[in-house]
Amino acid sequence: MSRLDTALGLEERRGPAATLGKLALYALLVTVFAGPLLALLASAFNQSTDPTSLTLLPTRPTLENFRAAIDRDVLLYLLNSFLVVGGGLLLQIGVSISAAYALARKRFPGLRLVFLLVLSTMMLPEEILAIPLSLVLSDLSLTGSLWGMIIPVGAWAFSILVTAEFMKEIPVELEEAARLDGAGDLRVFWSVILPLCRPALGVIGIFGFTMIWDQYMLPLLVATDARQFTLPLALRTLRADEEVGIGVLLAAALLALLPSVIAFIAMQRQFMRGLTSGAVKG
Amino acid sequence: MWRAIEMSFHEVRPYLGDRWVGTANYGQVVTDEAFLEAIGHTLVLAVGQTGGSVVLGLVLALLLEGTARRLWIVRTAVFLPTVTAMAVVAEVWRILYHPAADGAVNTLLGWLGAGPSQFLNSPDSALWSVMAVGVWRGAPYDMMIFLAALAGVDRTLYEAAAADGAGVRRRVWHVTLPALRPAFVILFTLAAIRSLRVFTEIFLLTNGGPNGSTEVLMTLIYKLGLERNELGVAAAGSMVLLAASVALTLAVRLSGARGKEVAR
Repeated sequence: MSRLDTALGLEERRGPAATLGKLALYALLVTVFAGPLLALLASAFNQSTDPTSLTLLPTRPTLENFRAAIDRDVLLYLLNSFLVVGGGLLLQIGVSISAAYALARKRFPGLRLVFLLVLSTMMLPEEILAIPLSLVLSDLSLTGSLWGMIIPVGAWAFSILVTAEFMKEIPVELEEAARLDGAGDLRVFWSVILPLCRPALGVIGIFGFTMIWDQYMLPLLVATDARQFTLPLALRTLRADEEVGIGVLLAAALLALLPSVIAFIAMQRQFMRGLTSGAVKG
Repeated sequence: MWRAIEMSFHEVRPYLGDRWVGTANYGQVVTDEAFLEAIGHTLVLAVGQTGGSVVLGLVLALLLEGTARRLWIVRTAVFLPTVTAMAVVAEVWRILYHPAADGAVNTLLGWLGAGPSQFLNSPDSALWSVMAVGVWRGAPYDMMIFLAALAGVDRTLYEAAAADGAGVRRRVWHVTLPALRPAFVILFTLAAIRSLRVFTEIFLLTNGGPNGSTEVLMTLIYKLGLERNELGVAAAGSMVLLAASVALTLAVRLSGARGKEVAR
């Protein structure tokens, strides 16, 4: 049953006219929001160099754009992106679960202070810290290597907080029972807490993926050579290259778009849960 | 962090040692015309994007609320801009905004009888064009938060209110909006912070141009710090931005808290 209209306490309208109206409305919304991306999808397969000929249906379908994009090292950039996302995500999950366990379960002096500090880094995104961050990274000689893009995304307050909130819901009795059976800290963590946290891990996994994929400034600060560019970064160089047609740019953009969209669609349920648990609790 | 604060009081000279300049960097930030203009643009963008995407997000949420499968599909489609990497969004919109009369958006404008616009290429329209992209990408996110909040609206209250003779407007005012208040608070906070540190879209769409008409704080800081190596001034700029975000967050939180008490 549709609950359209009910949010405002209105009666639901029925009948062919109302249905048609709704369908028209949906079509309009999809066109406005998804249309540009669908045009990107179609035009990437279209043989054309004209920036005005975005199309929803390829008139002259070709894979030439992709072949040309591969000639421009797009696969290398894609690999860089995947390495950064993979490494960053693994690190982030590791940091999040251990930090969250400490925040959710351990009692130690200064707990509230630590919690506040973690929260405050949520307000201090790396954009604002760009200048000092770039200095710190070069002090640690992390510039010019993918590690410089991986390590900073490891500690991410959102993931820690979502995981901590989730762990608080796990009954303490389960842990106590495990301890009575003679399990140590590590074992409790590994065999009791972690398996129960799987939904939370799904949430931070998908969120982390889209967020790290979207990173722009950090790779910009770290990369000293075009060979370290991630795919989003490389789009700008491709655009500036006179010899590269718009089709090649679109093909590369499509490759940069797909992973996060696929991840989003595949794990939509978790994504929505993360969105709301992360936001509404704050 | 400490390094940034320290830097903001120095003229940073790599290999020569930093020289203490006191508050001179801050003085430059608050008096320099480029900075003032950038602050102005940042504020316009923050207000426009935040307001635009919250309002549009609420409308979308009300239109697309429900459990039917086709609604779910439409919601997913509408949400796509938000998960797309900003770099891709920027490239797509640069093409859509193609300033010739046969550019995609200009074609649409032509059907509506409006003349072709220069969009990103003209100082008059560049900031608005960037803002529109921001709203396009931000509104679906806000929609999702509102949808979550709407799910918490107690629908029996509507019947009760209707039985008491409350009209539609009073029902919206007294039942729906109070239930959405936490969502508003959180969205204003998030969106305001997000827009203060807007960087990628500007960097990619206009890079501050034309004629500095879209220069925002972050792009200016980036240029000062990493292209012109005036790290001290850039750090001072960052600190101003940071202070603004903290102040804004606290302001939204406080007004939200007071609002809740009034509601009770």
